[in-house]
Amino acid sequence: MLEDLKKITKLSSIKDKDIFYEASFRKEDILDVFKELKNNELFSFDQLIDITAIDYPSREKRFELIYIFLSMKKNKRIVLRTSIEENDNLDSIINIYKASDWYERECYDLFGINFNNHPDLRRIMTDYNFEGHPLRKDFPLTGHTEVRYDDVEKKVLYEPVKLTQEYRDFDYTSPWEGMPKGIDDHNEQE
Amino acid sequence: MKEIEINTTTINFGPQHPAAHGVLRLVVELDGEVVERAEPHIGLLHRGTEKLIEYKTYLQAVPYFDRLDYVSPMCQEHAFALATENLLKIEVPQRAQYIRVIFAEITRLLNHLLNIPAYAADIGAVTPFLWCFEEREKLLQFHEAVSGARFHAAYFRPGGVHQDMPEGMEEKLNDHFKTLPKFIDDLEDLLTNNRILRQRSVDIGAISKQEAIEWGCTGPVLRSAGVAWDLRRSQPYDAYDKVDFEVPVGKKGDCFDRYLVRIEEMRQSISIIQQCLTQIKSGEISVIDNKITPPKRSEMKHSMESLIHHFKLFTEGYRVPEGQTYNAVEAPKGEFGVFLVSDGSSKPYRCKIRAPGFAHLQTLDFLSKGHLMADIAAILGSLDIVFGEIDR
Repeated sequence: MLEDLKKITKLSSIKDKDIFYEASFRKEDILDVFKELKNNELFSFDQLIDITAIDYPSREKRFELIYIFLSMKKNKRIVLRTSIEENDNLDSIINIYKASDWYERECYDLFGINFNNHPDLRRIMTDYNFEGHPLRKDFPLTGHTEVRYDDVEKKVLYEPVKLTQEYRDFDYTSPWEGMPKGIDDHNEQE
Repeated sequence: MKEIEINTTTINFGPQHPAAHGVLRLVVELDGEVVERAEPHIGLLHRGTEKLIEYKTYLQAVPYFDRLDYVSPMCQEHAFALATENLLKIEVPQRAQYIRVIFAEITRLLNHLLNIPAYAADIGAVTPFLWCFEEREKLLQFHEAVSGARFHAAYFRPGGVHQDMPEGMEEKLNDHFKTLPKFIDDLEDLLTNNRILRQRSVDIGAISKQEAIEWGCTGPVLRSAGVAWDLRRSQPYDAYDKVDFEVPVGKKGDCFDRYLVRIEEMRQSISIIQQCLTQIKSGEISVIDNKITPPKRSEMKHSMESLIHHFKLFTEGYRVPEGQTYNAVEAPKGEFGVFLVSDGSSKPYRCKIRAPGFAHLQTLDFLSKGHLMADIAAILGSLDIVFGEIDR
């Protein structure tokens, strides 16, 4: 199947990772590539397993989108990736894979990625009226608001987070072994 | 202009409803008693597990997996352990593999022993609930014997399992699983030919082969539609390739078929456990590499090196080589997968959890269309929804 995958010109850096194939594509080609993978008998990746994203704030194209498919006929998985910029959109694949509905909503909710032509792009995991996108790396672990029930006002109140103790993030990384490569080189120069 | 009168009622089902299996809020549009549209609002149990895991070491992330689908904890640890082992490029010893399979199957039994009676209770039978809880209690004692906890075990760890089974455990397991098939027969006597159960579940919420694949259904939901797909068979992990078992499939994909598939899966689980118990040999229960698994307590009393290893493992943790992987296991509810990204540090850069229930709940809208309001409870029960894993 690896050879057949390599024939799809819109896929690049195809690898066989033993339990799954891996490939990248450009975000403009998303619909063409997925249609081919789903409908071509050689692949028949007919089940969408997951859609997710990874946030790399330092990269120019900040988000890496991950699509995972399964082909039951061939007993193979494929992990497809594409990169997009922060305020960029990409096409929804809901017309090819119905199941992508909630997965795309989740990506929108947790990362703030916009999908074109999605019929119902609402938040799914977070609270009604929630602000921000929690799985972005610049979103604090504690969040911004906390809730409590107020007995006087007889309702639930949203307030800014007040922590009696700071979130403790100890740096345990020790210099003794398993030093990242770059730092080692730096020491030698000195 | 012609006026069209729309005569639908919109009602809120949940989030506090005993048949909602947790905190599901359903907005149901009804025409009389017939469901026109059912829209699930999820996320009421969202605890940010994926975000929290990014701030914990690999070992500290394990207990979060118990708390996802809290009725089948060990299968989820299994997926995380396999993903981490895949990135670390290590293979766990034989004995650990067998122990994992035994306990993954006990977990499957526990899950089905909760789902089947809960489903029966949803549609009107209370006795199975009491029966199954007694059996669950006996199985939970095995959980407790190996890990010290009945539910939140944190037993399957990257590199193997936490500790070996206590002495005499294998005989106890053997004895117990000789009697369990009789219980399942009794349970079937009570339910399978029960008129009420059949009337409430046959032809309710049917899903076709094509639809099940398209909507990302896995596990018993997919098998009930007639697709013989089981990850334990098609992509075996740990010791599953060394045991023999059948993959039960249904014909119609309705609630009744899903119930039958689960009953048969329990019988297969018992057979898998019995085969494992005859094949299992003594040996190591985790990789012998103190950079990944902690040294024995007795060694720490006199070895400085062991003490350092222990300290390092429980402060900094182990570093995992850069890379990405997706590993899935056949959890009792379907395909449970972990997409793990490592940046070379001792904490995961990203850990995406693929929960089977998430895909299943998505199908609720079209499964319940045209059925009665009361059937929603039956469909929800038969899909085996647990909110811990859906909301994450």
